[in-house]
Amino acid sequence: MAHLETTAEVLRNRGVSRRDFMKFCALTAVAMGLGPGADLAIAQALSTKPRLPVLWINGLSCSCCTESFLRTAHPLAADIILSMIALDYQDTIMAAAGHQANETYEQAIEKYKGQYILALEGNVPMNEQGMYCIDGGKPFYEKLKMGVEHAKAVVAWGTCASWGCVQAASPNPTAATPLHKLFPNKPQIKVPGCPAIPEVMSAILTYIITYDRLPSLDSQGRPEMFYGVRVHDQCYRRAHFDAGQFVESWDDEGARSGLCLYKMGCKGPTTYNACPSTRWNNGVSFPIQSGHGCIGCSEQNFWDQQSFYDRITTIPHMGTNSTAETVGVAAVAGVAAGVAIHGAASMVRHACCDKKKAPEVNEDTSKS
Amino acid sequence: MSYEYKTQGYNVVDAGRRLVVDPVTRIEGHLRCEVNINDDNVITNAVSCGTIFRGIEIILKGRDPRDAWAFTERICGVCTGTHALSSVQAVENALGIDIPDNANIIRNLMQLCLMYHDHLVHLYHLTGLDWVDVVSASTADPKATSELAQKLSPWPNSSPGYFQSVKDKLLKLINSGQLGIFTNGYWGHPAYKLPPEANLMVVAHYIEALDFQKDVVHIHTIFGGKNPHPNWLVGGVPCSLNIDGVGAADVINQERLDFILQVIERCRTFAQQVVIPDTLALASFYGDWLNIGGGLSKLSVLAYGGIPDIANDYTDKSLLLPPGAIINGNFNEVLPVSLTDPEEIQETVNHSWYKSYPAGKIGLHPWEGITEPHYNPGPNIKGTPTALKQVDERDRYSWLKTPLWRGHQMEVGPLARMLIGYARKNSEITDLVDDFLGRAGGVPVTVLQSTLGRIAARSLELAWSAEKMRYFYDRLITNLKNGVRATANTTKWKPETWPTTELRGVGFTEAPRGALGHWIKIKDRKIENYQCVVPTTWNGAPRSPDGQLSAYEASLMNTHMDIPEQPLEILRTLHSFDPCLACSTHIIGPDGKDLLTVRMDRGM
Repeated sequence: MAHLETTAEVLRNRGVSRRDFMKFCALTAVAMGLGPGADLAIAQALSTKPRLPVLWINGLSCSCCTESFLRTAHPLAADIILSMIALDYQDTIMAAAGHQANETYEQAIEKYKGQYILALEGNVPMNEQGMYCIDGGKPFYEKLKMGVEHAKAVVAWGTCASWGCVQAASPNPTAATPLHKLFPNKPQIKVPGCPAIPEVMSAILTYIITYDRLPSLDSQGRPEMFYGVRVHDQCYRRAHFDAGQFVESWDDEGARSGLCLYKMGCKGPTTYNACPSTRWNNGVSFPIQSGHGCIGCSEQNFWDQQSFYDRITTIPHMGTNSTAETVGVAAVAGVAAGVAIHGAASMVRHACCDKKKAPEVNEDTSKS
Repeated sequence: MSYEYKTQGYNVVDAGRRLVVDPVTRIEGHLRCEVNINDDNVITNAVSCGTIFRGIEIILKGRDPRDAWAFTERICGVCTGTHALSSVQAVENALGIDIPDNANIIRNLMQLCLMYHDHLVHLYHLTGLDWVDVVSASTADPKATSELAQKLSPWPNSSPGYFQSVKDKLLKLINSGQLGIFTNGYWGHPAYKLPPEANLMVVAHYIEALDFQKDVVHIHTIFGGKNPHPNWLVGGVPCSLNIDGVGAADVINQERLDFILQVIERCRTFAQQVVIPDTLALASFYGDWLNIGGGLSKLSVLAYGGIPDIANDYTDKSLLLPPGAIINGNFNEVLPVSLTDPEEIQETVNHSWYKSYPAGKIGLHPWEGITEPHYNPGPNIKGTPTALKQVDERDRYSWLKTPLWRGHQMEVGPLARMLIGYARKNSEITDLVDDFLGRAGGVPVTVLQSTLGRIAARSLELAWSAEKMRYFYDRLITNLKNGVRATANTTKWKPETWPTTELRGVGFTEAPRGALGHWIKIKDRKIENYQCVVPTTWNGAPRSPDGQLSAYEASLMNTHMDIPEQPLEILRTLHSFDPCLACSTHIIGPDGKDLLTVRMDRGM
């Protein structure tokens, strides 16, 4: 077998100077919010390890996470794909197709047993014997299972893989099921968002490469460094919330002056994500900056929390510096629950949702 | 037992060897393709199977129509935003809401940005590897590549040293033992015709385009807050305009406008100096592919039209991408298209994994659409229902329905738009096409009706969309100069202002891949029924009830394959449509009773 180059070697061979390499490590350390000396640790790790093999597969999804990943600016997607990781399977951009693609997948599993990251985009339909998502003539679930079995760890990209997302919204006709419910015992990271933020996706891979471990996760399996604080708590419009200055109607003077969007249905107070700090697409903007409230796309069942334009009525008190570990769980009315109480909570949730939805369903069907 | 029949000028024969490509990669979603080849390795039967089903439309039932854009936008993360645009238009159409001129301009800027981005990624990252041999590129003489590049274009990244550095990177990757996304490609396949220096040039542009595409979407990020999946609004756009306010504050101020203009100008330059020259280079080396893969583009093409120049005017007069239908190969006559006439657009399910329509109905207009999914591949498949070795195309074989226009299978997409615009003598489109044909050596317009022509049509439209972005940007500035700054109409924002009777609306546009329509019924201020008929449903459908082939299937017919086990020719033609399968499967309908009882415990 050919010598497997380290990431640093690959970068050097691609014409990246030592100075630029160190600059990249420092930027990465800053992007991940790491302390002094972390850049050296990153440099050390990238200089001694072969490229991390990543197999990335798609179930029921819209491919927005793939697209988001390709938008990452630091590091550049081309640098990640060609230098930092060995992306042996990614069916949206890989060269091979058909049986050659399937062979690539199987060979990579065999070659890197226990060493590769399995990245799942989308989720798995369990109705119709899994044939709502067919891959190679078989249910997609089989492909996922094969990959998960020998993976070192599994990354659930986006809200589809993490929680279910749009195809799992009520009444979830395909029985679309997120990763942790299928493989509860496999080490995994949830990176929710619809899609996840590009630079957050790449930073999580960089973290794994650098430290050879998964980042610290909250009780729901999300990296704390990006999902530890509410959108509301980092929002640059927060001062207007505290001062009671709100947009009252689309395109009113308040909207033109950037007042708080809470009354327009903004879900920032109950959403955990890095949108206001990392922002989107190389820090260009984020939804609230563009004038639309947060729709809460990184939260579980966000589709089923009434209209995006309904004001939320239960939010933590102003000025609290809460985290996902504390009041957040209570704040997201009926949505989230810690692992320990998960079972009980979901039973309550379903009873509640079913009750709410049932009359509408009956009404609709009786009309027809 | 083999069968044989004639349709649309093809002789379909299912004898000979059967080849299966599953998954078809470098697309959005999941697609399977089966073909039969004869002793001369020529395709005699093509079968396109959509193998993913998500059911967004049933999920929409009973919800707030103002939210629909967010659900339907998630139909596709690649052509992100175009479903949202159709959705807000459908809701506005149903409720009788007019939007301000600025909102129309900003929506057009977002749609054109999407079109540019989508075509760019398609050309280099999705179909590019079908035409460019990455391994061959690593053998190129960088000096010769530099000479070629400078002959074709003034693009500054064209020195021998630059191409040497790209070659070095490529060599290191190949020698690293970890080829990543290039693993198991069909490198060295005899159907690759580019000389090494041209391969190296396009590989360099593959990497440049990958870096550039992330900047193109900044237009979405500024107006919509993020990409993929920017935010939209019924009644206008969510972003406000504020040039002279205190502190030049949120949301769109001069800094943001300058940012957008800079992206637009980069788009124009990249189109003229990289994309169009590369397309011409491909055409010069792959002349034979201007005669392969034409399929339905020679017979029946359809466009709904898009990019309204005048706010709230969705008629011929206003649409910069003109609508129309051409059937039976009569390119002298463009027929008008109505999205509300129940006799024009109908969907059928005879070859799809759904229950048959009741009362002997064959086709249904989207407003009346019924869908009851039922996976039933029939008794004559090879393998088992959960381990398919071969589907039975005489039975049901796809999650896609088959939409028909006045009974015809139709091709939609950039090529259809160019052909319809050309036939209608739309001066912008005829200028664009004639200029390209002239630069390609004076070839006739009919060469566009081919696999490579489909790709060329995308490049032309990419260049057009960059110019139109500049046009709408200037219009926005003119409005600001004149003090026109409204971006939303909120008079009917609150559901209490709506009637409770049944309201019907339709919203449509030209998505990058082709004609896109959303049909909505609102009753009691909630969504009663929602149906999308999308580009890939048109192009990638299974057969019609009377055995007509869809655009994918027809385009593969009669193609010769050099090495059947390495199906490069199949990929080239399928990729020329830029398949998008998550978009193309439906579940909806007033009779969706069974569906609503199919519930899994989401907490499992």
